[in-house]
Amino acid sequence: MSEKHHIIPVWFFVGLLFLVYGVLILGSGLAEWSHPPNTVLAELHAPVWWGALLIVLGAVYSAAFRPGRNKV
Amino acid sequence: MTAILGMLATERLVRLSAVDLAIVIFYFVLVLGIGFYLKRFAKTGEDFFLAGREMTAWVAGLAFVSANLGSLELLGWAGSAYQYGILAAHWYWIGAIPAMIFLGLVMMPFYYISKTHSVPGYLQLRYGTAASGLSAITFAFMTILMSGVNMYAMAVVMKVVLGWDLNFSIVVSSVTVAIYVAAGGLFSAIFNEVLQFFLIWFGALLIPILGLYETGGWKGMVARIQQNFPGQDFTHMWGPMHSFSSNPMGIHWTGIVFGLGAVQAMGYWTTDFLVVQRVLSAKDIRSAKMAPIIGSFFKMAVPLIVILPGLLGLAVLPMHLVPASEVHSGQFSYNEVLPLMLARYCGPGLLGLGITALVAGFMAGMAGNVSAFATVWTYDLYRPFIRKNASDSHYVSMGRWCTLIGVGISIGTAYLAMQFASIMDYVQALFGFFIAPLFGTVLLGMMWKRVTKAAGFWGLLAGTTSSITMFLLMHSRSNERWVSLFALSPEAKGLAQDMYQSLWSCVTCVVVTVLVTLITRPRPDEELRGLVYSLTDVAKEEHTSLFHKPLFWGMAALALLAVLQIIFW
Repeated sequence: MSEKHHIIPVWFFVGLLFLVYGVLILGSGLAEWSHPPNTVLAELHAPVWWGALLIVLGAVYSAAFRPGRNKV
Repeated sequence: MTAILGMLATERLVRLSAVDLAIVIFYFVLVLGIGFYLKRFAKTGEDFFLAGREMTAWVAGLAFVSANLGSLELLGWAGSAYQYGILAAHWYWIGAIPAMIFLGLVMMPFYYISKTHSVPGYLQLRYGTAASGLSAITFAFMTILMSGVNMYAMAVVMKVVLGWDLNFSIVVSSVTVAIYVAAGGLFSAIFNEVLQFFLIWFGALLIPILGLYETGGWKGMVARIQQNFPGQDFTHMWGPMHSFSSNPMGIHWTGIVFGLGAVQAMGYWTTDFLVVQRVLSAKDIRSAKMAPIIGSFFKMAVPLIVILPGLLGLAVLPMHLVPASEVHSGQFSYNEVLPLMLARYCGPGLLGLGITALVAGFMAGMAGNVSAFATVWTYDLYRPFIRKNASDSHYVSMGRWCTLIGVGISIGTAYLAMQFASIMDYVQALFGFFIAPLFGTVLLGMMWKRVTKAAGFWGLLAGTTSSITMFLLMHSRSNERWVSLFALSPEAKGLAQDMYQSLWSCVTCVVVTVLVTLITRPRPDEELRGLVYSLTDVAKEEHTSLFHKPLFWGMAALALLAVLQIIFW
């Protein structure tokens, strides 16, 4: 993002945020698999697939924009 | 964590688990860490106040649209969708997209080429100190007031939804914002806005996905709404606006097209420095033109996570929500529809993500206000009126102190709002007093070289004064007569009145500006180069491909907007 200052791109921080949140949410979804929370459509196990999606996006962004990589 | 849990009161909408709290806390740690990391890059005035003018079109575009995507906005418009139906989507579509395209294609070149640091800064170059000073003072005052009132609103939401103590929410959020904005300036604010943008999308997107799954798609949702609210049309945008009485908002299509689309939206998106500052951070003129256009595509999609949850609330919630002023024990207000839907579908983990998105939205909104305030105070009030020839490092230091002081005043305003809750109802209207006439002043200044310094000042003053006068009359005891006169019908409700108030105040500004121009002496052409359309050479992009031209993407956004209008007519 920055040519003058060589700042770590904001996309790296977005990726890091998603990665950490994905792990937490997926872990939470797996932990409650056998006794889902009292929410509507809990049987769809949304935290599991939403957490997995966040992990994938987070991993891709964190890797693609990691510090030291010469990508704007 | 026990201490935090201990602050939770007994009465709350949802209860956070340990994983939810971990998600919230990680967000605070990350934004503070980013603030300290960015501090080393915010050394010069251009770095601190304009993020070094080196943002890509995507980052500037996302920050531009995100600065307007605060949590108060999300909760309020989801509530409006529950109250008025899909009519609320006008504020995201015709009430935003054409103005964003206009900013990118027509106005941005002038802001960018003139190398101004702010909208009052452009007025200084075009009209001189009087108009610039008037604009800067009103903007600084209202920005800091908005910041405090938003902070109070956030604390109230956190109390209602989570049971958190008001003082706890205000202190933690404001101290965090003060630290990271004072450290990294606009760099920090923009980074946080981009993070917030993604958080809001991924925190709220599950609601429409699961909601449409539950109702069996759009048709199923419409059928359920008709079953729950027979005889009312909540799912058409233009059909119910052929008369004032045929829709719950009490608005005619002329109010939406001319009041909202042509004046209020244009005023907000092209002259409100809070959003324009994000685009000024772009690295070159093409990026500055593309940023609002990229933002317009995302803005067009926002109804998916704001308006649709409100409509789904009409379809699936077992209770009927009521206006905030009529809430009794066990009832919920319109503004609580989004948290209610969040609690309906989201368990541990996802709930934390949704709550973090709301907190991030509030903090990003506050950071946006404070960073814009620091810029306008330092460059448009302190430098011209108090200390003209100080060093660049002195102005950066002033900006940092101003950020801390701005947060301090915001906290005071938040407690003031706590004492006088009714002022919250009026703050949004107050902000509108200045935006609509300012659009007339800036646009005439850019398009007509004959407009004089005196005309700019008197036009702006007359437009603002007329706006305040209309507002007071329409809220007076004999208001029905004035509402009929200004808003064209006694049936016009609050939002409809705002639209016509904006329209007439802009017309007043334009008429006065033109009249004063005709009797005063114009400035020489050489003083206006780079400031006025007929005297500015905007670089042509003849050698770029079609897909790299801002004009192409601007037209694509307008075409998509037209398709959406037809689909939801």
